[in-house]
Amino acid sequence: MNSATGNLANKIKTSLGRRRFLQASAAAGGGLMINFSWGVAPTGAGDAAAGMVPDQPFELNAYLLIASSGEITAMVPNPEFGQNLITSMPMILAEELDADWQSITAKQANYDARAYERQFTGGSQSIRRAWQSLRMAGASARHMLIQAAAQQWQVPAGEIIAKNSTLTHTKSDKQSSYGAMAAAASQMPTPDEVSLKDKSSFELIGKSRHNQEGQKIVTGQPLFGIDYQAEGMKIAMIEHPPAFGQTVESANLDEIKKMPGIVDAFIFESISPEQQKNYFDTNAFPRLIAIVGEKTWQVMKAKKALKPQWKNLPSRTETMNVFGREVSVTTPGGLENTTDHRKKMDRALASKLDTLREDGDVKSAFDSAETVIERTYHAPYLAHNTLEPMNFFAQINGDGVHVAGPLQAPVFIQDTLASRLSIAKEKVHIEFTRMGGGFGRRAYSHYLVEAAVIAKQVKAPVKLIYSREDDMTMGIYRPSYTVRIKAALDKDKKLVAYQVKGVGLSEHCVHENRFPAGAVDNYLAEAKAIDSNITTGAFRAPRSNFMASAEQSFLDELAEAAGVDPIDFRLALLDRAKNNPVGDNNDYDPARYAGVLKLVREKSGWDAMPGTTHKGVAAYFCHNSYAAQVITVKQGEGEPKVDKVYSALDCGIVVNKDSAINMVEGAVIDGIGNALFGEMTFTDGVPDKKNFDRYRIIRINEIPDNIDVHFVENSIDPTGLGEPPFPPVFPALANALYQLLGERQYLQPYAKRHQAS
Amino acid sequence: MPTYTVTINRQQRNIEADADTPLLWVLRDELQLVGTKFGCGIAQCGACTVHVNGSAVRSCSFPISAIGESKVTTIEGLSENGDHPVQQAWLEHDVAQCGYCQAGQIMSAAALLAQNANPDDAAINNAMSGNICRCGTYGRIKSAIKTAAKS
Repeated sequence: MNSATGNLANKIKTSLGRRRFLQASAAAGGGLMINFSWGVAPTGAGDAAAGMVPDQPFELNAYLLIASSGEITAMVPNPEFGQNLITSMPMILAEELDADWQSITAKQANYDARAYERQFTGGSQSIRRAWQSLRMAGASARHMLIQAAAQQWQVPAGEIIAKNSTLTHTKSDKQSSYGAMAAAASQMPTPDEVSLKDKSSFELIGKSRHNQEGQKIVTGQPLFGIDYQAEGMKIAMIEHPPAFGQTVESANLDEIKKMPGIVDAFIFESISPEQQKNYFDTNAFPRLIAIVGEKTWQVMKAKKALKPQWKNLPSRTETMNVFGREVSVTTPGGLENTTDHRKKMDRALASKLDTLREDGDVKSAFDSAETVIERTYHAPYLAHNTLEPMNFFAQINGDGVHVAGPLQAPVFIQDTLASRLSIAKEKVHIEFTRMGGGFGRRAYSHYLVEAAVIAKQVKAPVKLIYSREDDMTMGIYRPSYTVRIKAALDKDKKLVAYQVKGVGLSEHCVHENRFPAGAVDNYLAEAKAIDSNITTGAFRAPRSNFMASAEQSFLDELAEAAGVDPIDFRLALLDRAKNNPVGDNNDYDPARYAGVLKLVREKSGWDAMPGTTHKGVAAYFCHNSYAAQVITVKQGEGEPKVDKVYSALDCGIVVNKDSAINMVEGAVIDGIGNALFGEMTFTDGVPDKKNFDRYRIIRINEIPDNIDVHFVENSIDPTGLGEPPFPPVFPALANALYQLLGERQYLQPYAKRHQAS
Repeated sequence: MPTYTVTINRQQRNIEADADTPLLWVLRDELQLVGTKFGCGIAQCGACTVHVNGSAVRSCSFPISAIGESKVTTIEGLSENGDHPVQQAWLEHDVAQCGYCQAGQIMSAAALLAQNANPDDAAINNAMSGNICRCGTYGRIKSAIKTAAKS
């Protein structure tokens, strides 16, 4: 069945949009890749790392190296933070290469904009955006192996079968392993076009494969940035002002410098005031105190002995380069409080907002409505709390710099670092380590620049480590939002008008073209961002992570007011959006949206659940994928307890099934934890929580008894999975809690008001 | 600076460190045993869990001066070939996402199973609730502990 051409379809030009990939491979083709990125395990090329290196690897392209032994190295271009790209990306390569999975070893690539595209981990797009490149890389290498065999055996390429890392020509009884043909293949020209497999013939994609780094993880190998070691390396820590709105004035640096093991202590600017800022350079504390020493504990003790003076900052306006657009950003002075934030957002909601979209005549529809329901939802700031605190290694090498550690967005920070150190962009070498969590936080890698500036100052390689307190109190939080939604039902209990108003610090969370836009004749979306000096940024499913809970909790109330089952209520709206959409700019596919609702209804046994079950449902579309959650809750000891969760996802083709299930399970638990407990508050600019003693994270005794994950099976190219399952967890839980407690949930975190006093 | 003789992973090591240095930083900075992770520094997250005389201990809050004759085991020394039943179960269930907390989780689980060969859910919750997993792999951790208990 699996012949050289029998399962192939979709002939595509490899040069289209992939010129860099081919040029890179052509340039290096045939070369023994001795100097490729081997031995970059954080402690350097130790025995364990050396053992993984295949002998004589030939680079067939930037993604694939095949050694004469048959060992295949699959380069993973995107940074890994637990989404298991380190396994799923090689699976895609191996599928098109028809390689024996057992012979594949995954290697995290370093940052190389010439060889790879979009080495950015965020937006649930790593697989989505690399899908075609990876398939093409696998198929091109396969093609080159076949061409080499055809030339060597003097037989038509079309008669050669490539399968399981073996090339076979039956008529002439010729056979070769990929390894034996690798050297010859690397001399073949890269093809102008290759054929990709028909998706129905995938043999690896869609199956489950164990984590390529599993063994290293369970034996404590040095995979993470914080584990990085280098000859002569010093340890650095920073101290930042306790309050947002403050900066460093002075400190007892001479005293600190005399402490045991301390090499240096100084005040520095991570980003100079005159420097052009990029989007991910958001940072409340560019001026910091650095302490550098030999050992971490000595530096920690010196940090405790600091007696700094802080001063309050005035209001300021600066420009920021937001993906090529000059944007003016105002940072107000003053020390902010959570109670004031709430008032500010309420005042903003009562004022004129920016209109984002309007369909029909909302005012008339409300004036003539039978029933009008209006509700206000509030979201607190959230800290990311990656378990590995922010850290980075930096070493100045002549006119260049080598940095290594955990980061999501190398493309942006490379510019910033080059500009800060006044060196050429090409001289910034970024090495990826495995990340101990990211959730958006590590897209803002100011800590990388801090490490480099400190390394330059002390003229030594430096590993900067944040304490947990530094990590939790330095900002880049999920913004605090308030959303007010108003809807009108006519006398037949049909939804005739829908108005959403959203405000937030320092961004709002309204997506004006998302559901239920398109399903309601009269629709109005308005929003406004409020300036704050508390820095915010992307947090797993930005904006969606709160908008879903407001909108889907609200729809639950509407369904109840209409006397309709909440799933039926949503399906009717989606039906409307599908058959007779309002407006032509709706950014979701109503059929796929309905698909996950129907799947979760079936798998959860929604319709057959006893009346005594306290259940909630929600569905949401974000980051190109569709997710629905059904959650059941029961009364626990003092607090409500989540009982069971049923998840239905439509993310197109699933690459690594078990790994995808793991990610959804994690998103469910993360969602429940943040919905029940997640909250950061401020008193006079100071974060009220500094460590896990006060910032409550969900723990093992608080998880659901069961999480049942299902995927819609289709042949759509992968559309992303890291974020989509997360947002609908919050409202599904809120709706279930309403069933249990008889109270709607308008304020997060939900557990706060249900704790036994 | 005082000197300590410590038995770590069945080997005697001489260490020079301030008396208040947490065991965590002795392991990571002096012995390059970096499998034991820094998470919070106040014994709230469990990323730094090691065994001291077989019991799960948060090494970030355990001063080296308190070590005495105690025997310390870290993730690197849990098994000779990385094949402790708990490690094998972790691989079988593909527990890890980011993986940062897992060494601490495994050490807590191994200490639990050494004392209670067949823990029920309540015993697992009790022994494991000091270990945070920010990725939310708790369900797989539970399943893996049950698998390890059977082997």
